[in-house]
Amino acid sequence: METKPDLNIDRSIGDFHYDVNYEFDAGIGLSERTIDYIADVKKDPDWIRDFRKDALRKFESMPMPTHWASHDLDNIIFQNIRYYLSQGTQPKRSWDDVPEDVKRTFERLGIPEQERKFLAGVEAQFDSEAAYSNIKAAVGDQGVIFVGSTEGLQKHPEIFRKWFGKVIPTGDNKFSALNSAVFSGGSFIYIPPGVKVKHPLQAYFRINAENFGQFERTLIIADEGSEVMYMEGCTAPKFETSTLHSAVVELVALKGAKIQYITVQNWSANVFNLVTKRGLAHEEAEIKWIDCNIGSRLTMKYPGVIMKGRKARGEVISIALAGDGQHQDTGAKMVHAADDTTSNIVSKSISLGSGRSTYRGLVQIGRHLKGCKNNTECDALLINTESRTDTYPAITVRGKENACQHEASVSKISAEQIFYMQQRGISEGAAMSLAVNGFVNDLVQQFPMEYSVELKRLIDLEMEGSVG
Amino acid sequence: MSLNIQNLHANIGEREILKGLNLEIPKGQIHAIMGKNGSGKSTLAKVMAGHPDYEVTAGEVTLDGLNLFEMAEPDERARAGLFVAFQYPMEIPGVTIANFIRAAVQARLPKGEELDAVEYYELLYKKMELLKIPRNFTSRAVNEGFSGGEKKRCEILQMAMLNPVYCILDETDSGLDIDALKIVSEGVNAMRSPERGMLVITHYQRLLDYIVPDVVHVMVDGRIVLSGDKSLALKLEANGYDWVEKEVLQQA
Ligand SMILES: Nc1ncnc2c1ncn2[C@@H]1O[C@H](COP(=O)(O)OP(=O)(O)O)[C@@H](O)[C@H]1O
Ligand SMILES: [Mg+2]
Repeated sequence: METKPDLNIDRSIGDFHYDVNYEFDAGIGLSERTIDYIADVKKDPDWIRDFRKDALRKFESMPMPTHWASHDLDNIIFQNIRYYLSQGTQPKRSWDDVPEDVKRTFERLGIPEQERKFLAGVEAQFDSEAAYSNIKAAVGDQGVIFVGSTEGLQKHPEIFRKWFGKVIPTGDNKFSALNSAVFSGGSFIYIPPGVKVKHPLQAYFRINAENFGQFERTLIIADEGSEVMYMEGCTAPKFETSTLHSAVVELVALKGAKIQYITVQNWSANVFNLVTKRGLAHEEAEIKWIDCNIGSRLTMKYPGVIMKGRKARGEVISIALAGDGQHQDTGAKMVHAADDTTSNIVSKSISLGSGRSTYRGLVQIGRHLKGCKNNTECDALLINTESRTDTYPAITVRGKENACQHEASVSKISAEQIFYMQQRGISEGAAMSLAVNGFVNDLVQQFPMEYSVELKRLIDLEMEGSVG
Repeated sequence: MSLNIQNLHANIGEREILKGLNLEIPKGQIHAIMGKNGSGKSTLAKVMAGHPDYEVTAGEVTLDGLNLFEMAEPDERARAGLFVAFQYPMEIPGVTIANFIRAAVQARLPKGEELDAVEYYELLYKKMELLKIPRNFTSRAVNEGFSGGEKKRCEILQMAMLNPVYCILDETDSGLDIDALKIVSEGVNAMRSPERGMLVITHYQRLLDYIVPDVVHVMVDGRIVLSGDKSLALKLEANGYDWVEKEVLQQA
């Protein structure tokens, strides 16, 4: 069937590249010299330099997890990657100071007007370094710290050091080790006790150099009774050769605190997106990951929550869209380590063409615990017969006084449904978009308004390319 | 100006279902097709709409002179003014009625023109009132968990919103109780216009008491074998279809 250009969408969004003169460039390849270069440029304290080197050794000694994960990982040539690039600009304090080309990038990303208002409070990463960082006065007054990870570790070592690398140990997996060795960029956030941050804190970042892996590192600490919402979104330009993105995000919610971490990612089809995200929830604390993955060659991401205090809550809401030739390997990890803890996982995946979605869920409830509950729901939507979906739920519940509920479904958009919509005058592509948006609708509603609009747009964009 | 079907033959797989069907519905008229289960009535509706399972092997359909089969995609035909209220409307999980109809209305606007949301909802609510559909209906997913009657009302709501030139209503009366039948018929009658032609498919004459047709056709085995006025429907109701088939056999 023919595709009609009804969707009125600019396919070229996210497909652009501005020339940037990089002042610092660690060159291609990874060795101790690379680490020293990064540590020198960033003026890392000694403990960080040592941390990086220890991580490099772990990275080098750990095998690729291809005994369970995709063999496509073997196609990453670590010695061909550039591990650090920077324009050398210090984080900016005002919008006027932001370089024109960076502003143009934001412009091109089509950040809605509404969100531009937020830019006054945004920590935006342009390649390795935060090119722009400004905390809203209101947020600052409340004692909130919202800075780049480099600034965080330099200026707030007493808080930073206490939690850094504690939720996700360096050797958790090969890619967390890699990130720990070469990290730059990402955010450090601290919310003082009782402070409820009204505005979501946002970060925009993107990759902008060929063969340049991005390794940001984010640490968020919500002190007792505080609340914060963090949003990250990115659109990567398309490059010929594969790029590697490997982030580590650690969240700490102290007693009664609430953290929501929202991600909408749209990677170009050559990116390996291998991310480790985990939160530690203390007594009565709540950590919620809302995660949307679109694009990339291979995404591996299993946000997790360790509920170590009584009545802690963990939640993962995720949407994954695997287009032609893409593999979304996503899921969630819930570790119940105290009584009366509850977790909820809702995962929806969409596979198009030769796209492939895999769900991996891990739920652990210890033998000695009681009153723990988990609910897992994972639904897959297949757009055509080539698509493939697998679920690997691993639920380990010990002890009798705990409850787990698991539901899974696989559905298809039928030709009859598309025909029905087309009979109403809706083009095949738009009909497909409608159906896919319908499938994820209940989850999309959990995203903040501007993100749900963006998400719908991204889904439209993917679906437009899927018919014909 | 008419919807004109000439010598239409259509297959599903190897099997021929429509076997040389002729029918012309002038603009401004309502025609009814009656026929036994399996005679090919729904097939006719789906073939016209461009359902991918059917293959047209011969014949021509024109929509005010426009060649329908030159429009390959069902959505082109729909935008050209053809509407089918289906016998078995599909469920579209997660897509609300309001968003669905909105997408359909939007699809009819010139490129670059954005639908005025306020005007859209005003019109939608007006049409819903006419069909006695409660407001909260708009936030339900299309046909999902609907009763038979709700599905049919939803079809007519879409028809009312999309302003088609030629409408085919396939067994819109099935699954409706007498009150619902009256409401739906009022909705259809409100759309009677010199600018619109309608084809009402049914096998009960009951519907035709409410939507009074200009012409009644009888379909047997993929063909129109007999046409007449409203009294033909009454005769079919009283005597069944067997005599028609006998008559056809005799003629042959
Ligand atoms: N998908 C299909 N595959 C094979 N035969 C079909 C299919 N759909 C309908 N038919 C056959 O085509 C004939 C006409 O069906 P239909 O048009 O639904 O009749 P009606 O609407 O008059 O009851 C029937 O014999 C039916 O069994
Ligand atoms: Mg039928």
